[in-house]
Amino acid sequence: MRTIIVAAILLAAIAPASAQSVAPPGAAACSGCHALGVGSASIPPLSGQTPESIVTAMQAFRMGQRQATVMDRIAKGFSDEETRAIADWVGQKR
Amino acid sequence: MLGGSATAFSRSLFGQALPHLIVIGGGFGGATCARELKRHGLNVTLVEPNLIYTACPFSNAVIAGLRPIEAQQFRLDVVKQGGVVVAQQWAVRVEPGARRVFLVDGSSLQYDRLVLAPGIDLRFDALPGYDEAASAMLPHAWKAGEQTELLRRQLEAMEDGGTVIIAAPSNPFRCPPGPYERASLIAHYLKTHKPRSKLIILDAKDTFSKQRLFQAAWQELYPNLIEWVSLSSGGKVNEVNAKTRTLTTDFGHHTGDVVNVIPPQRAGQITHVAGAADRSGWCPIDPVTFESRLQPNIHVIGDSSIAGGMPKSAFSANAQAKVCAAAIVSLLRGQPPSAPKLINTCYSLVAPDYGISVAGVYRPANGVLTDVEGAGGTSPPNAPPSFRSLEATYAQAWFETITTEVFG
Repeated sequence: MRTIIVAAILLAAIAPASAQSVAPPGAAACSGCHALGVGSASIPPLSGQTPESIVTAMQAFRMGQRQATVMDRIAKGFSDEETRAIADWVGQKR
Repeated sequence: MLGGSATAFSRSLFGQALPHLIVIGGGFGGATCARELKRHGLNVTLVEPNLIYTACPFSNAVIAGLRPIEAQQFRLDVVKQGGVVVAQQWAVRVEPGARRVFLVDGSSLQYDRLVLAPGIDLRFDALPGYDEAASAMLPHAWKAGEQTELLRRQLEAMEDGGTVIIAAPSNPFRCPPGPYERASLIAHYLKTHKPRSKLIILDAKDTFSKQRLFQAAWQELYPNLIEWVSLSSGGKVNEVNAKTRTLTTDFGHHTGDVVNVIPPQRAGQITHVAGAADRSGWCPIDPVTFESRLQPNIHVIGDSSIAGGMPKSAFSANAQAKVCAAAIVSLLRGQPPSAPKLINTCYSLVAPDYGISVAGVYRPANGVLTDVEGAGGTSPPNAPPSFRSLEATYAQAWFETITTEVFG
């Protein structure tokens, strides 16, 4: 967890402000199921997630440590770095 | 809102003339793309003759009597309120050299970049005996709306003990698991209302999407009700007789009481007029920008595009629209578009509380959108009923979320 936070601080420091609004690879697809605003009752909306909770959940899905129906299959398509970038981008949308 | 004012284009960047983007087609791809481009402060015109869109996902539940058609219908009002100009007309011609779109009323529009998202055209010239007139008797119901309701009425009118036939096409076509979800939900209707009836799928393929899961569920839920006839068992329909409701294959004739013919398809007509479709009938694109390989400044998204491993689905069209809009913004700014990653998730209902899914993650590789290895795949076999029930719930939630993002 500590390394993740350090990485996040570093990433935030080097990423230029103008690049922040550009969706990183994969991020735009999330809102097909997870609403950016008010969502449905059964699929958690992105607006309720912190970047940390997204990174933690995606790692757990990828490692098979958290029960899932489809997120385990999707999480395996993203590296730690990609997941981090998506989580940070979602964080700005909250 | 997404994008926000920080990324908006200002007039000073482009002098007095803001770039003008035209999007043709107001479905899951086109409406999404138009709204995304508008959020960046661009001039956007959406060319779409119908102000009410009837969505295909979940329309099989309408056919099975589980859902009213109104639950499939979405107005373009909110898209308009967001500042997208809607030209309520058919686009009839594109002149790529002059960058102009001609509308059915004779007027024309100039564009800096054009996005084509017309969905599919049904090929009424590909299957002898099945033309548009035949579809009034043997519905395709592969574009949601009147055809969906027609198939529903025919099933309601059918006597118990009747035979329903679905003719499924070869690849590629819109919604690969769609014919099998349809068979499942019709079987659910027959089992609960007309239990002496039968359903036959005549297939032009030997394999299909989520096949293992569908077939296991049919065994469990609808034993002896659904018969699937593969290509190699003589399932390919060669000729249709609409009057006698008879389908002819290499192996013989099949007559049904209700016959649903899902014919071969191709990219929407306007892509052919624009010169963006190749001899396959579909549109080759650059997997980073969705720009046509054949026509510069024209992008193709959704069912019309050749999107490599991505299936022709509403989820794909919506995801592609967002990537395409971001790429267009980069191109207009003179910046190189970054390589995207895309996701698709397709849910199918086998029964109202029994859902299954297939998912994929995609990236550009060797010029095409390619499956990311190790990711994606179908729901597990042998999952407990609680798992299937949860996926049915998620299917419904997905539909609510995506239609809110696109139209709400």
